[in-house]
Amino acid sequence: MGFFLETLIGGLMSGMLYSLIALGFVLIYKASGVFNFAQGAMVLFAALAMARFSEWLPSRLGIESKVLANVIAFALAFVVMIAVAWLIERLALSKLVNQEGITLLMATLGISYFLDGFGQTVFGSDIYKIDVGLPKDPIFLMESTFQGGVLVNKEDLYAALIAAALVALLTLFFQKTGTGRALRAVADDHQAAQSIGIPLNRIWVIVWSVAGFVALVAGIIWGSKLGVQFSLSLVALKALPVVILGGLTSVPGAIIGGLIIGVGEKLSEVYLGKYFGGGIEIWFAYALALVFLLVRPQGLFGEKIIDRV
Amino acid sequence: MLYRENGQFKTSYRADLQIFPIAQDRIAIVALLAVAFVVVPLVADQYYLRAILIPFLILSLAALGLNVLVGYCGQISLGTGAFMAVGAYAAYNFFIRVDGMPMLAAVLLGGLCATAVGVVFGIPSLRIKGLYLAVATLAAQFFVDWAFLRITWFTNDAPSGSVGVRNLSVFGLPIESPVQKYLFTLTVVVVFALLVKNLVRSAIGREWMAIRDMDVAAAVIGIRPVYAKLTAFAVSSFVVGVAGALWGFIYLGSWEPAAFSIDRSFQLLFMIIIGGLGSIMGSFFGAAFIVLLPIFLDQALPALGTAVGLRLDTAFVSHVTIMIFGALIVFFLIVEPHGIARLWSTGKEKLRLWPFPH
Amino acid sequence: MEGSVTLKALAGAGMPHRKIGEVILDVQNISLRFGGVKALTDISFDVREHEVRAIIGPNGAGKSSMLNCINGVYQPQQGAITFRGKTFKHMNSRQVAKMGVARTFQSLALFKGMSVLDNIMTGRNLRMKRNLLWQALRIGPAEREENEHRAVVERIIDFLEIQAWRKTPVGRLPYGLQKRVDLGRALAMEPQVLLLDEPMAGMNVEEKQDMCRFILDVNDEFGTTIVLIEHDMGVVMDISDRVVVLDYGKKIGDGTPDEVRANPEVIKAYLGTTH
Repeated sequence: MGFFLETLIGGLMSGMLYSLIALGFVLIYKASGVFNFAQGAMVLFAALAMARFSEWLPSRLGIESKVLANVIAFALAFVVMIAVAWLIERLALSKLVNQEGITLLMATLGISYFLDGFGQTVFGSDIYKIDVGLPKDPIFLMESTFQGGVLVNKEDLYAALIAAALVALLTLFFQKTGTGRALRAVADDHQAAQSIGIPLNRIWVIVWSVAGFVALVAGIIWGSKLGVQFSLSLVALKALPVVILGGLTSVPGAIIGGLIIGVGEKLSEVYLGKYFGGGIEIWFAYALALVFLLVRPQGLFGEKIIDRV
Repeated sequence: MLYRENGQFKTSYRADLQIFPIAQDRIAIVALLAVAFVVVPLVADQYYLRAILIPFLILSLAALGLNVLVGYCGQISLGTGAFMAVGAYAAYNFFIRVDGMPMLAAVLLGGLCATAVGVVFGIPSLRIKGLYLAVATLAAQFFVDWAFLRITWFTNDAPSGSVGVRNLSVFGLPIESPVQKYLFTLTVVVVFALLVKNLVRSAIGREWMAIRDMDVAAAVIGIRPVYAKLTAFAVSSFVVGVAGALWGFIYLGSWEPAAFSIDRSFQLLFMIIIGGLGSIMGSFFGAAFIVLLPIFLDQALPALGTAVGLRLDTAFVSHVTIMIFGALIVFFLIVEPHGIARLWSTGKEKLRLWPFPH
Repeated sequence: MEGSVTLKALAGAGMPHRKIGEVILDVQNISLRFGGVKALTDISFDVREHEVRAIIGPNGAGKSSMLNCINGVYQPQQGAITFRGKTFKHMNSRQVAKMGVARTFQSLALFKGMSVLDNIMTGRNLRMKRNLLWQALRIGPAEREENEHRAVVERIIDFLEIQAWRKTPVGRLPYGLQKRVDLGRALAMEPQVLLLDEPMAGMNVEEKQDMCRFILDVNDEFGTTIVLIEHDMGVVMDISDRVVVLDYGKKIGDGTPDEVRANPEVIKAYLGTTH
């Protein structure tokens, strides 16, 4: 039973990480109706920036304090992501405004390739470390109930808390601020929003910057856990089933979808994997998404998709 | 002045409905085929045949298959690599396990297996479209990836799914040397291109395009969306499966599941987007572009580097290649979303008027 | 209205009006709801063979929804439709097409990516029998079939006078010509009943006269029963044999144009006071 709980909690933790990436997808889709295939590449790019900056700053500027170096690196990385957002909007999005969905999808795919290559050209392609002071030691819970206790990674716990805080922040942003309202208007109908004077371009830069921020946080957490490497962008492909489950337009859906996928993956791998020769983690998430697509395509919390005649 | 239809009157519908109604086009295509079948084998060296022309031809075939599904029928698929894999591994199994199975038959049977898998994974298209369908096809990709890696029956218990074939022949003629491989591939590709072209200009092609353009109106005319979509998946997967079998048998010789990964799926999608959706020629243009670009950059970038005094290592070059790749995709989508095929047909329109301005 | 006399003259000039036959289409107590919105409430009317039946009413009265029910695009919650004696509670689009009912759409549901010729050829799809394999080879029977249907489509193109644009992608044509292609596609199905949803919307007087001529010719030469939604009162009063009037999803009038014109309910809801 203890083992089951450990697997469960492990699944929840990895699910939380998926949710972070899925959040970026949902944000951009909610605000611009564009499905951003490049989210994974953004995570990698942001993580690379953070990793390299936190390395360069101490050596170049002689900053002693690790915390200070990390904070400055974070700020710098965020500025870089804003620049990326602005460039994407100016060079790609604004020129493709009226194209069909598949064209925009392909464009974000192209952007994804570009960021991949660019990031590795500028920042290098070794595996880099991020150390933001997240404690890495495990803790043991419920030692009285289960023998030896249930092993939980402190790092994962912190990651979960940070993700929760991020979601709360974003929900507040969308519901309470003027910009948030404008973003929701744009997501509903581009032309209508434009006709009441909402500056589409600026909104899109804001959205992609926020998504960039989320990507940065996700990148730091993932990178801190796994090291910053190329496979990070492939993780984004895992986030797709998450948004299908949760609903493309729902922030809480991204969280819950991520948790379900995370738990489901771990549990199925541990308990069902032996019947299939192992490795079913690869497609479990997608199989689940497929079921949802056939039964309830809008996901758990998304808006119903209406096809008009 | 040269490229005009003056004097070319069609007196029967048959004549009007030819694939190349303009005489100049017919001459050009015959010349192209003559060059491809006769001149190239005599003149081209092994490297060009093996590393450029053969992969170009096979990928064109795969792009052609994908274009049927995405370009003509409007159903998005990100799982093309999976269907290629099914074609390759199925053909392998038929070839290895059945005594005396001719290679050509094995390849075609591999294609049929890919058809079956394609139809199954096409079923979601009856309920969902667009991005959601893309995710469903990704499920196919990852599932097939895993299947050929872990289910050892498929790979004759080979470790990590890598298999190989030898002693290929067609009707008694050996297919060993690059020239033989090239001619065989060329023949297959030309035949398939003709068959697919016939399909897209007949009733089924119109059904596919009707579903793509407006499926509600299509239903009212009596077109069955189920039949149209599933036949699109079936035909597309068959062609892609055959291409996959050729990729494994002819080009690679021995392969593993990674040869048909999601990167391959993306690559094929890029080919038809850049080449032109809904265009047979576009598939060839796109394949040429995507095959030639990395080779070109491989040569050009280091040369550029030495010109400015930098020595660029291969890792750097490969990263920059990916970068330029991505940038070009976006560029093409902005400048000509209908692909090279549209540029080509616009060019021909201008050529019809040349040298007059309008 | 000026022009209306000319239409009648065009229509009646020397050509006998088809004899109107028995009831071919019978709509019984159709009710249609979208969530909380009632689009149609208890609508009943019949259509006789070879006649021109108009459906009129203010915007939002439910006219297009009615056609959509007949076509199987919408499934009504209540009621039934009888076609040639066979009653259906739910119409299936393909079934309806096979039974010989064709339609045009208010918002032109043409296949933008295809040429005029190909668009009209799709109307022949139900009649093309050769399977995939034959089509891929395109020899013998498959080729003959394609050519036969091409001949039929060319006659329709001649009839609608759009020969010059047969190879043009429809997306590039002006609105009036697109409307003709829409009609052509419906005609290609050789229908017994033709449902026309505002075929003259957005046209000027000359285009309307052309369209009227086409519709009347179809009715006269082929005996096709026409069910027509139209806003232009002059056209409706001139060419229809009988009229149904809808308002807010309910039927408020049914009869010959003169009867409907005199109906006080209809006047109140729709025609307004004479100017």
